[in-house]
Amino acid sequence: MNSFLLYALVGIVLLGMGLYRLVMDPHLVKKILALNISGAGVFLFLVAVADRIPGAAPDPVPHAMVLTGIVVGVSATAVALSLACRIKENNGTTELSKNEPE
Amino acid sequence: MQNNANMNQVSRARRIAWIRQGLAALSVMALTVILGWTVWTLPPFSDRMPSLVAANLSNSGVENPVTAVLLNFRGYDTLLEIGVLLLAAVGVLSLAPKSDRSAETAPAQIQILLLRLLPFIVIVAAYLLWVGKYAPGGAFQAGAVLAAGGVLLVTSAVRLNHIAVKSIPIGLSIGLLTFLAVALATMISGRNFLQYPLPWAGALILAIEAAATISIAVILTILFIGRKPDGG
Repeated sequence: MNSFLLYALVGIVLLGMGLYRLVMDPHLVKKILALNISGAGVFLFLVAVADRIPGAAPDPVPHAMVLTGIVVGVSATAVALSLACRIKENNGTTELSKNEPE
Repeated sequence: MQNNANMNQVSRARRIAWIRQGLAALSVMALTVILGWTVWTLPPFSDRMPSLVAANLSNSGVENPVTAVLLNFRGYDTLLEIGVLLLAAVGVLSLAPKSDRSAETAPAQIQILLLRLLPFIVIVAAYLLWVGKYAPGGAFQAGAVLAAGGVLLVTSAVRLNHIAVKSIPIGLSIGLLTFLAVALATMISGRNFLQYPLPWAGALILAIEAAATISIAVILTILFIGRKPDGG
């Protein structure tokens, strides 16, 4: 198993862990954290994919995609946190109710 | 009887929660396994994209392949990305609480840190912006470093004068506007969208990156504090 596979698989596991928490956790801030963890998994995967041949120069295209992705992730997180603050102001809590309408 | 029905309801709710959790865990695991298996069985390396980048690098106006991809070959990605940043800043500003923090003061250490660090922050940002043409660096790295200075400025409770406050909207949008102006100019001169003329490519990319650095720094600072900086 070379290092590319290790990093790529760890990235995919992070993506899965983040997605599970994003869906299951009722707390909004934890959802945002989970989204960031799955994003980090995707970035790790892309950076790993860029360097599949040991010794050769890494592929610049996935690197550029990760740079773009980090910035978009930061923006999305900031907007999500502002929304969470607003929800806390209005509802007094950042937890979604557990018995939402089916 | 009543008690029994209640118990039944509770156990039913618990069962539903279990089923939900199980379904979510199962589908996430299935996705993880499918993705992992796909990676495991990826076909041997195709070097089409890296070799395309390498072959066209001399036409891009810069020497760093990542910068060439970001600002030339896939320039529209970066254009839209700065648009996303601006949208996020507008979103955060429109959600900002109307709190007055004029009474806030910062510890003296932060103000000393600000005085000592800010010149270096500006120099490092300018260096990163310049070096992006040849080596890892560029507008985003420079903007992030400059934004660290902005955060320091805001946490040390420095009051901005009215000129600085007035120029915040310009700072927010100058990156996107410069990028759009260059893109439109290339179209008006009969080329494709963002297809730079070769002798100008390096200078145009540097101009876009310089404007983008300012915008990224202002936007990231605003995203950090979540409201408009205080005027004095």
